[in-house]
Amino acid sequence: MKSWLTPFLVLALAGAAFLLFPYNLAFLTRILIMILLVLSLDLVLGFAGIATLGQAAMYGTGAYAAGLFAVHASGNPLAGLLVGAFAGAALALVSGLLLMRTRGLTLIMLTIAVASLCLEAANQLRGLTGGADGLRGIRMQPVLGLFPFDFAGQTGYWYALSVTVLVFAGLAVLTRSAFGLSLRGIHESPARMAAIGVSVYWRQVAAYTIGGGIAGIAGALAAQITQLVSLESYSFTISAEALIMLILGGAGRLYGAVIGTVIFMVVHHVAAANDPFNWLFVIGALVLFVVFLVPNGLVSLPLAVTRLWKGARHARA
Amino acid sequence: MQGLEVRGLSKRFGGLTVSENIDFDLPPGARKALIGPNGAGKSTFANLVTGILRPSSGEIRFDGSDIGGLDEPRRVKLGIAKTFQITTLFRKLTVRENLRLPILEREKRGYSMFARAGSSPETEAEVADLLEQFELTAFADRPVGLLAYGQQRLVEMAMTLALRPRVLILDEPAAGVPSSETHLIVNAIERLPKDLAVLIIEHDMDLVFRVARSIVVLVAGRILTEGTPAQISADPKVRELYLGKSHG
Amino acid sequence: MSTGDGMGLFLNILVDGAAYGMILFMIAVGLSVTMGLMRVVNLAHGGFALIGGTLAHWAGQDLGLAFPLALAVAMLGTLAIALPLERLVYRRIYGFGELQQVLATIGLTFLIIAAVNLWQGSALLPVPLPESFARPVDLGFRTLPLHRLVVIGSGLAVIAGLWLLLDRSRFGIRLRAAVDNRGTASALGIDTDRIYMVAFGLGALLAALGGILGAELLPIDAYYPLRYMVLFLIVVAVGGLGSIAGSFAAALGLGMIETAARYLAPDLATIAFFAIVILVLALRPQGLMGKVSA
Repeated sequence: MKSWLTPFLVLALAGAAFLLFPYNLAFLTRILIMILLVLSLDLVLGFAGIATLGQAAMYGTGAYAAGLFAVHASGNPLAGLLVGAFAGAALALVSGLLLMRTRGLTLIMLTIAVASLCLEAANQLRGLTGGADGLRGIRMQPVLGLFPFDFAGQTGYWYALSVTVLVFAGLAVLTRSAFGLSLRGIHESPARMAAIGVSVYWRQVAAYTIGGGIAGIAGALAAQITQLVSLESYSFTISAEALIMLILGGAGRLYGAVIGTVIFMVVHHVAAANDPFNWLFVIGALVLFVVFLVPNGLVSLPLAVTRLWKGARHARA
Repeated sequence: MQGLEVRGLSKRFGGLTVSENIDFDLPPGARKALIGPNGAGKSTFANLVTGILRPSSGEIRFDGSDIGGLDEPRRVKLGIAKTFQITTLFRKLTVRENLRLPILEREKRGYSMFARAGSSPETEAEVADLLEQFELTAFADRPVGLLAYGQQRLVEMAMTLALRPRVLILDEPAAGVPSSETHLIVNAIERLPKDLAVLIIEHDMDLVFRVARSIVVLVAGRILTEGTPAQISADPKVRELYLGKSHG
Repeated sequence: MSTGDGMGLFLNILVDGAAYGMILFMIAVGLSVTMGLMRVVNLAHGGFALIGGTLAHWAGQDLGLAFPLALAVAMLGTLAIALPLERLVYRRIYGFGELQQVLATIGLTFLIIAAVNLWQGSALLPVPLPESFARPVDLGFRTLPLHRLVVIGSGLAVIAGLWLLLDRSRFGIRLRAAVDNRGTASALGIDTDRIYMVAFGLGALLAALGGILGAELLPIDAYYPLRYMVLFLIVVAVGGLGSIAGSFAAALGLGMIETAARYLAPDLATIAFFAIVILVLALRPQGLMGKVSA
């Protein structure tokens, strides 16, 4: 397959979605924002092998930072994105200095604890964050001074799509770089990386910080487009769902993050509309199906099916 | 002095002494082997030298300066590298990527985030040379996990050599390799750079006697004796304690 | 809250904290042992407390059974679900990587929640306790509802029972050998498969007991396993994987701290709780009494 073909197809699909579902743009935009968050998780977990259930900490911090920036400083969207990215990266750096010293269950619990701490802090600082009512009063200027946000959500969709495409491209470059190769090395064998002279700790702190910046961008986008930041942005549910989306699609591959997110969100949209508990049946079964039968994620499903098909033919021959 | 110098090195785990008062030299160009029965503390010694373990007492000097307080990555940067007893290669990465990684790290390009990992012609030329030297060119783009065990051992050595070490510790380079493939390992060791200081930790006596010019016998954490292969094979203490058992 | 003086407040914290800690201990201890033993990150363990609570609700409320009978039905019912689950599903999860384990057990949690909802709905599922539990008991220096005493007594009985079982029985020796080193244990001819199953079943049983007795403090509804998942895992991580004494210390300590914070500074209770958890895990990544590096 030509290397430009896949990105071209994905972009064509994104354009087609805009035309086909003009009344669902808010939902499509939410998918894009989640793709960004799951991409950040893919870098941290899929590439660098850092087990986390607390990516919402950076997502929420990016959202509040961008929201507060819009309320108190400037409604410039791009400046707000930078603020969100910086806030997410800063939190990831500070917490990462502690977190990357641990692994396994302790690491997972600490990431959860950091996100919970952020949630509670936002809840208590009502004067600043609006507490449980959420942060309101976000007014955005037009994107690049040209495209005002509209009620139908068209600007929001194109804005989110552009940011997602740029981040995706950036991650594609990053993961193919020497740095990206070293992260894959750490994921496969941290002991060996130390043996070739790499300080695994600092490399992981760096990856966690970059991932935090991207999660911060995702949060900032959500704040700007929905013009609201709620405590939900810090919730465990967001971290856990992002993880499920990533593993569904296939960790360690950028398209896996995209595919997993789209499938999860669409299934959620259809199933949860009927009954939130039925949705749990569906997602529970889907998760078990993937973990037991397609451990490399749905992105590998075509290959797995081909192998199965070939295997069956060989068996018959 | 040049090379590695160990004086009075001891390591205790709780009440258990696994290395006791070891004196050891490894000058440039050395081909030394460390042998001894299971549990003699060979791997512990290697881990003390590379910085995976911290000694309880004693000195480790490299080119005259004390390196006892440095961690493993820092010692690697000084030029002390070790292969692993059990392969911990990057199994899902290709042979080429496995060799690229240590070169990029040696050149301090591990944080380079924009250029493709394989875009530097110098790096790729060096990778190609290593592939050639270890007869791995034909498998360059296969995931390491799919190679035969002997070849994985070669990748292991090539990777470690890619760090351009001045001291190379080979921890059981032939472990798990079928005897039909050990000649690959021997050839590779014989082709190592002449001025490199090499320490081989190995069970396979045939291999040790073929490549080592000097042998150190370790028993219960202490050095029993040291000498040329001829002296060692003639030493009654060694025959009784070690060779006598394994060679019947 | 009527707290006449500082001493009264202190005693309230002590008693409520101890009761809360005992509940946490009963639910988390099985999780700690299975995670230490099978090296499995199990997010579905709270599901057994939910199953126990739901069965007790059904037996007590719908069938009208007396509490002891309902308790027995609930615990046996939980065991009847847990053992086949261990055989059919968990056995395969043990071999997975950490993340796959997280995912598989989250998936399982979702299915348990959805199943309980399908059967009993999403409303609160009160467990009818004997009326005598609400009766105040005069201890001489203090009057307490009997429920608190029952909970604390049960917690102490559980740790005493576990101590006897692990320290004195053949099963206990084998279990400890298996926790310390699986390879050695099976090399010594210990049937680790059976130990896994017994330990898993025992853990599920205790979780059901804790879920039922603790229903006043941690109310039972379908979302129970998700709501308290993090709490139970934190007890395990802070106590140290596979350590029963560690779980006990962590459960009691965290129970006391959270209760104290709720009495003294309710706004800051959650922050204080997580800050202490982070502090402990930063200083001791393997937990208070963990032998296994997590």
